Amino acid sequence: MTETSTSQTAFAPPTAFTPPTRFAVPGRIAVSSGTATVWQTATLTEIRRETPHAATFRLAVPAWAGHLPGQHLMLRLTAQDGYTAQRHYSIASAPDDSGHIELTLDHVAGGEVSGWFHTVAEPGDEVEVRGPLSGFFAWPGDRPALLIGAGSGVVPLMSMVRHHRARGLAVPLRLLVSARGPEELIYAREYGTETTPVFTRSAPAGVPVGRLTAAHLAPLLAERPTGGWEAYVCGSNGFAEHASRLLVEAGQPVDRIRIERFG
Amino acid sequence: MNVTRGFTGRPRVDNPGLPPGQYDAGDDWPVLSAEVTPDLAPADWTFRIDGLVERPRTWDWEQAHALPASAYEGDIHCVTSWSKFGVRFGGVSLDAFLDEVRPQAAATHVVAYSHTGYTTNLPLADLTGGRAWIAFAYDGAPLAPEHGGPARLLVPHLYFWKSAKWIAGLRLLDHDEPGFWEQNGYHARGNPWEEQRYSGD
Ligand SMILES: Cc1cc2nc3c(=O)[nH]c(=O)nc-3n(C[C@H](O)[C@H](O)[C@H](O)COP(=O)(O)OP(=O)(O)OC[C@H]3O[C@@H](n4cnc5c(N)ncnc54)[C@H](O)[C@@H]3O)c2cc1C
Repeated sequence: MTETSTSQTAFAPPTAFTPPTRFAVPGRIAVSSGTATVWQTATLTEIRRETPHAATFRLAVPAWAGHLPGQHLMLRLTAQDGYTAQRHYSIASAPDDSGHIELTLDHVAGGEVSGWFHTVAEPGDEVEVRGPLSGFFAWPGDRPALLIGAGSGVVPLMSMVRHHRARGLAVPLRLLVSARGPEELIYAREYGTETTPVFTRSAPAGVPVGRLTAAHLAPLLAERPTGGWEAYVCGSNGFAEHASRLLVEAGQPVDRIRIERFG
Repeated sequence: MNVTRGFTGRPRVDNPGLPPGQYDAGDDWPVLSAEVTPDLAPADWTFRIDGLVERPRTWDWEQAHALPASAYEGDIHCVTSWSKFGVRFGGVSLDAFLDEVRPQAAATHVVAYSHTGYTTNLPLADLTGGRAWIAFAYDGAPLAPEHGGPARLLVPHLYFWKSAKWIAGLRLLDHDEPGFWEQNGYHARGNPWEEQRYSGD
């Protein structure tokens, strides 16, 4: 790993020990230890409400090294007495040269960090970030991508959708996104024909209510794009277990399923 | 210090057991594995130690359980910032396995690998002296699959990504070779008390 400012290089696996079982999710890119360890000041420039419980926070990070869709960062808040709280957040925005990134945070009841963002934060406020982090969930836009998310788990997947659109990529991309109801669907206005929403508690008239099932996956897996789908699953652990089990049962190879669990 | 306007944070707890930057997750036990939870029955589980050892060997479930039982009661720390206090794991001390294979003098590091193919690297010294286990039970019950059951490595004095779930084996080496997260930018050793989260920390 080098300490150059161009953090994203093609991932070349070192000629290291290979276990007898092939790992499900080899990294897609190398991560720069330089950008991963340095805290940078990020200035809040805009807050956009997405749903009653989620909002998008746009941050100016002038020295941002760039990221790939799917990556996350570490964010830190510091109190007057030096006490800090740090959490991981996925990057919602597609890679661009704007010197800005966007995060979308759920307001977790009693949450220390999301609570500050949802009740105190205003444009002009400064926080600290380091990253981008973790290559295994990154999608460089190279392989057909089958994206499955629930709740705020759609955040890193949206970065992929936006990247796909911004670059006009021809490689197939599909998004299955689960939400309690239409009013809880993050980024609802932005979805296009690539997206199928799944509503678990309430749905518009004529749309079925219920959790993600094999029937949602079947038509997508039947598309069989050249090279096969790379599946990206993101959400709570409960959702990730459910969705990944459905994928395996539907025949998706385990070494083509990447899972980001929010804990 | 970059103070965040209006951020006070939770009431401060004076907890000497909490490493820097960590918080107490209470009863929560978040799951953060990157791969599909494998469907691995105890009858299909094996554990092998090879590499720089005198007598490489594979244990099956019964053979591993024939070794003296050993428990860990204490704390665990995840790099994502949560810590969990007073957990109880049951299993076998890694010393009992290593005593049988007899590491060679040249062995300095280990790659631990899982039945899913996950890997993580550790200094051999972190796995000896009663500080590491193969754990089969949590809180008196079989370890749940999503937490690494039927068997996981347990190295509680390091960040928990070192405690490989669904443990399949250890290979002893005379050098350090980065594992999965370590190739993804995480620290080679991962000592929570020195906040060794990322490579370069
Ligand atoms: C890789 C990754 C990416 C993520 N991406 C996103 C994202 O894009 N968007 C998003 O919204 N989230 C994301 N998360 C989740 C995020 O990191 C936080 O966990 C989440 O925002 C909650 O943090 P918090 O500080 O608001 O809540 P916390 O303070 O951590 O609280 C969480 C819950 O635990 C309770 N709790 C915890 N400790 C205490 C205590 N000491 N006393 C009382 N109650 C307590 C709280 O009441 C609350 O219900 C991601 C997580 C990971 C691992």
